[in-house]
Amino acid sequence: MPETLFDKVWDSHVVRHVDNGPDVLFIDRHLVHEVTSPVAFLGLKSRNIPVLYPERTFATADHNTPTRNQHLPVADPLSANQLKALEENAGKHNIPYWGLGHEKNGIVHVIGPENGITLPGATIVCGDSHTSTHGAFGAIAFGIGTSEVEMVLATQCIMQPKPKRMRITINGSLNRAVTPKDVALFIISRLSTSGATGYFVEYAGSVFEAMSMEGRMTVCNLSIEMGARGGMMAPDDKTFSYIKGREFAPTGPDWDRAMEYWKTLYTDSDALFDKELTFEGSEIEPMITYGTNPGMGMGIKESIPLSEAAGSGKATYKKSLDYMDFQEGDSMLGKKVDFVFLGSCTNGRIEDFRAFTALVKGRKKAENVTAWLVPGSHKVESSIREEGLLDILEEAGFELREPGCSACLAMNDDKIPAGKYAVSTSNRNFEGRQGPGARTLLASPLVAAAAAVTGEVTDPRELLQAEVIS
Amino acid sequence: MAYDKFNVLRSSAVPLPIENVDTDQIIPARFLKATERKGFGDNLFRDWRYNPDNSPKPHFVLNNPIYSGKILVGGKNFGSGSSREHAAWAVYDYGFRCVVSSFFADIFRNNCLNIGVLPVQVSPEFLQQIFEAIEADPETLIEVDLPAQSIQITATGATESFEINGYKKDNMLNGFDDIDYLLNMKEEISSFAAQSPL
Ligand code: SF4
Repeated sequence: MPETLFDKVWDSHVVRHVDNGPDVLFIDRHLVHEVTSPVAFLGLKSRNIPVLYPERTFATADHNTPTRNQHLPVADPLSANQLKALEENAGKHNIPYWGLGHEKNGIVHVIGPENGITLPGATIVCGDSHTSTHGAFGAIAFGIGTSEVEMVLATQCIMQPKPKRMRITINGSLNRAVTPKDVALFIISRLSTSGATGYFVEYAGSVFEAMSMEGRMTVCNLSIEMGARGGMMAPDDKTFSYIKGREFAPTGPDWDRAMEYWKTLYTDSDALFDKELTFEGSEIEPMITYGTNPGMGMGIKESIPLSEAAGSGKATYKKSLDYMDFQEGDSMLGKKVDFVFLGSCTNGRIEDFRAFTALVKGRKKAENVTAWLVPGSHKVESSIREEGLLDILEEAGFELREPGCSACLAMNDDKIPAGKYAVSTSNRNFEGRQGPGARTLLASPLVAAAAAVTGEVTDPRELLQAEVIS
Repeated sequence: MAYDKFNVLRSSAVPLPIENVDTDQIIPARFLKATERKGFGDNLFRDWRYNPDNSPKPHFVLNNPIYSGKILVGGKNFGSGSSREHAAWAVYDYGFRCVVSSFFADIFRNNCLNIGVLPVQVSPEFLQQIFEAIEADPETLIEVDLPAQSIQITATGATESFEINGYKKDNMLNGFDDIDYLLNMKEEISSFAAQSPL
């Protein structure tokens, strides 16, 4: 019977199917961070059981860490305590731990791929919803809650009903200055934040085939924002050459064996999906959000939809615009911007810094803008220096901070003040997500760069020479 | 962590007729710094419930003494966003044992089931009836019957059935959790791991 990519990977990981219940799914790789793990480790302690496969588990500090002076003790006692707890738990259970300052430290979804932990055909979980990022490699990857973190630590398994299958195909090619982030925001704006709930999504078509691995990660990362359990793409030569030679990737005969398996990871031509959606790449414009969920996005030149269109959700829609202090029918172009945040597991990779830098090169940061440029990992930070991007950024009046989740969830000091507007390359514009009262406009690194140099929402195409971005 | 058994719950309910309530609203990130599962109920809906100076916002439903009970009734797509189980902990710790909505986000629903909060998905029409019943009488009782998989507005007798898979239902009825189940199949897991290619 023809099978989808998703079926192939899922079915080969089912240890047992529970009658009238979920599947017991074996987990190949488990990523752990400081915020969602302490209570799980406490659970192990009270049951008096060890971590079953510490070699399949990797821990990093990212959510709750400062992005300045990481060499100094962490000032906030609660944060320091949480970091210490992870370090101790990892030490006690022989889990590799990449704490602050470690060369492999960074945001969990950035360092997994970077170090060859993320592999095609694997099952990967983490107590963070954007675990879907790893699907870019043809893995089944999804976020879990703390009870499930404990489950995976204790048994390397998780109990999950099998999601339905959805395929989103985008044909053709992208217009100038349209990035993977715009593609994802476009899809979410069409599906809404619950449009893919209950589904696992496969992305297919020439637009995704042409994307870099970083771009594919950005798209898969945002799958959760339309409610999907996760998103994935079939691995190809680009995937294999990205992985080859990375520290935890297979080598020698193991590599050959892995390749044999990986080459079987695609959707058979007659396989059926529960739902199929198709778009044209040329429909997509640089996107921006105007409301308080990632589905409230539109092409940057459009105007904010009227509340009539929200139907039964009209009251919620109005509440959202009130929070943002926007009016229906407004254009976003020219709206004043106070903060710009480049970073997060959505857009904190080297390619994002390249795009941002390409646009600000030879220009100056706008006076009224505070910019936080936060690399996704130490490796990204090193590349920014080595490729000479840092010089260009500094010349334009920007500074670079140290890696971490930072203003994506604002657990550390990087909080957008109440009432201020931030153009952010992260993934959530919920009320207060970037700090109590903060107002977030989600966008691509190019739109963020355009806002950073003009001080207002600006179409990046106005600033880009045709030859800079192809 | 084992939790209280759930059987039949008869309680008044707290209405929150807002759509797309995300877990950042249920518990903002700045309250996730704990290393123990304690006290999250105090910060449930923190920024909707309190002003920046910590004074209560009088119009928010949790600050309105006429509403109380162990059932929270929310608008469509409840619990979207972050996977933080802290959101489910906050709901539980505040005293809710059941959340009713016409649609739940996946991870939040799972997290609830794992800690003993029953998510009950009803039709949009029935959800509307519940909101109307509570508006007419804030003390109106809702009965959630897990063995029968039904939910009733006692004042009107309107009843609807809801779905839950048999395995999770058994767990809720007995207060078991998944880890108990998985620990009992350790040998099956280790032989699976031994032949796993990665
Ligand atoms: S960057 Fe944001 S979304 Fe990504 S892992 Fe960190 S907090 Fe989660």
